[in-house]
Amino acid sequence: MLAESAIISASMPKVLLDWFYVAVFAVVGTLMAVLPLAVVWLLAPRQDSPQKTITYESGVLPFGQAWAQFNVRYYLFALIFVVFDVEVIYLYPWAVVFRQLGPVAFVEMLVFLLILLVGLVYAWKKGALEWV
Amino acid sequence: MGELGAFIVLALVTLIPAVVVVTSHNIVRAAFSLVPSFLGVTGLYILLQAEFVAGIQVLIYVGAITVLLLFVIMLTEGGTGVRLRQVNEQVPLGAMAAVWLAFVIIVILTRTVWPVGAGSPPPYNATAIGNAFMTDYVLIFEATSLVLLVSLIGAIVTARGEE
Amino acid sequence: MSWVLELLKAIGLTVLLFTFLAVVTAMMGVYAERKIAGWIQARLGPKHVGPQGLLQTVADTVKLLQKEHITPRRADVLMFNAAPVVVAVAALLDWVVIPFGTLGSRVLVVRDINIGVLYFSAMASVTVLGILTAGWSSNNKYALLGGLRSASQLISYELPLALGILWAAMVAGTLSTVGIVEAQIQQGGWFLFTLPPPIGRLGAPFGILAAVTFLVAATAEVNRVPFDLPEAESELVAGYFVEYTGMRFALFQLGEYGEMFGMAALATIMFLGGWAEPHLAPYLWVAVALGAVVVAAVILLTARHSLVIRPVLSLAVLTAAVGLLMSVGGHLPSIVWFLLKLFTLVFFLMWVRWTYPRLRLDQLLNLSWKVLLPLGLLNLLATGLVLTLGGR
Repeated sequence: MLAESAIISASMPKVLLDWFYVAVFAVVGTLMAVLPLAVVWLLAPRQDSPQKTITYESGVLPFGQAWAQFNVRYYLFALIFVVFDVEVIYLYPWAVVFRQLGPVAFVEMLVFLLILLVGLVYAWKKGALEWV
Repeated sequence: MGELGAFIVLALVTLIPAVVVVTSHNIVRAAFSLVPSFLGVTGLYILLQAEFVAGIQVLIYVGAITVLLLFVIMLTEGGTGVRLRQVNEQVPLGAMAAVWLAFVIIVILTRTVWPVGAGSPPPYNATAIGNAFMTDYVLIFEATSLVLLVSLIGAIVTARGEE
Repeated sequence: MSWVLELLKAIGLTVLLFTFLAVVTAMMGVYAERKIAGWIQARLGPKHVGPQGLLQTVADTVKLLQKEHITPRRADVLMFNAAPVVVAVAALLDWVVIPFGTLGSRVLVVRDINIGVLYFSAMASVTVLGILTAGWSSNNKYALLGGLRSASQLISYELPLALGILWAAMVAGTLSTVGIVEAQIQQGGWFLFTLPPPIGRLGAPFGILAAVTFLVAATAEVNRVPFDLPEAESELVAGYFVEYTGMRFALFQLGEYGEMFGMAALATIMFLGGWAEPHLAPYLWVAVALGAVVVAAVILLTARHSLVIRPVLSLAVLTAAVGLLMSVGGHLPSIVWFLLKLFTLVFFLMWVRWTYPRLRLDQLLNLSWKVLLPLGLLNLLATGLVLTLGGR
């Protein structure tokens, strides 16, 4: 593995090669996922009937549109999630260097997290984390 | 050569869905079209060997921001399923502004002398970012958490406006 | 022409991993799930196709291939078709950074990406989009409700999941999956029970807490009972994929099982030492073997029906054989160790699925935001404190 990657790195950095693989995985994986669908297209029967393509609603005829308004709670959780997701992103580089830097890094992260814990407590007290 | 080819492909992957975003008549489809566009930007970060930023791009933009957008659209009464008008009577004006902006950008791009760095990017950029956060930019780092706190409180206050 | 070689290698590995996902995780996973469900509910499970029903899911797959694809009239056709592919590909991409073991000095991993675990959680987060797409494009009330519920559940549990991942990254000091396993080999113990010296075994509570947080969040991320509200057969008739038939439905299953095995694989890597062989004293291995026999004997003597005899016996014989082999100084290939740990975790997840009832939506969200998230943060800080006090 080592000797091989040394040869490649002369032409392509490891990062690019890594993600070249990811790109190939995404493209070829998509093709392989579509393949069985194509097989179905060849093998399976296709008989359209008006009854068959009705939206399933437990056997009764569907009424109204499914695309209607939904509970605002979902939105609130998504908002809080985005904030905390961004916070977690800041933890990744910290986690990598933490053990090299020692106590300083710990105190810095403690301050960072305590400020955000205030936010969590606020959301909690305000009832933003309740599902009602 | 390979890098130029990859850049062109990624630029197309970024731009074509972006055109769909602003032209689609269906707002949910427009929101979903952001995803390939974001992924194209991820690819551009990779070309710059900024792996960590690329990871964040997928995690935050594809996995969080798009979901938030979709939630907003699905919460809006009649927001989904309706045919949306993407243009109005101010199209000529907007087109003129866009052409002018494009002209300015092209002029700036061609006139600027771009410094070409000789060094290679830091070998493992999560470590580099972490070190920068914990040493030189620690104040900015802590300030970020304050910004996040404020945005969290703001989000809760606006979303629960009824009380 | 090195890039052509790399391209061919990449395509070959994609085909290999996709086949692994389809055959081992989806087909064998579904078979194991049905068999285990059968044992737990005192029934037989699949039995007639092939020996012990082993070929049941193969037959099911062939059946699904012949099923008609029904697209509801009011669905958004393009996105309706794209959704299952997105879910399946997201699950496949997770596996790029999973190391299976070592062969000589090579690590059997597709690519050891520098940001490995971050990459994993980023790819896992793409699944949400596939589910939302499926729910919305079906234009079905059950599907949309299931999709929205699922999305809110996935995003809620993504944070505790990330905190579990961060815990391991922090202790190992790297984001690379291979690096995390190597850190455990270097310190001579799993992160589940051991922190780096000088803390050692005293760090076990932190490791166990992190592993539990991660596993609970992972179970929720893959929509399994007790967190299967989005699919809730009994109220939402399978939720976001209610309108999907045939192979498109199978792709969702592939994605779901691929994701579940992927989460179990990541847990194995982060907490159970990945492919590393456990080092125990010979007498402890003998104790493991004897323990398996004793537990099996107790179960068999107290069990009220004869269905459990065969599975319990085979599990006990397997464990006892491994224990005895290790006690006489034997070795198993690293890939076998990895798969053993992986399947044990998967078995555990299935056991949980068929044992616990479903949570309510408010309980589910409470568990994530009010229990797991603060717990994960505090555990991260406490472990950081301990590591700092212990001289890193």
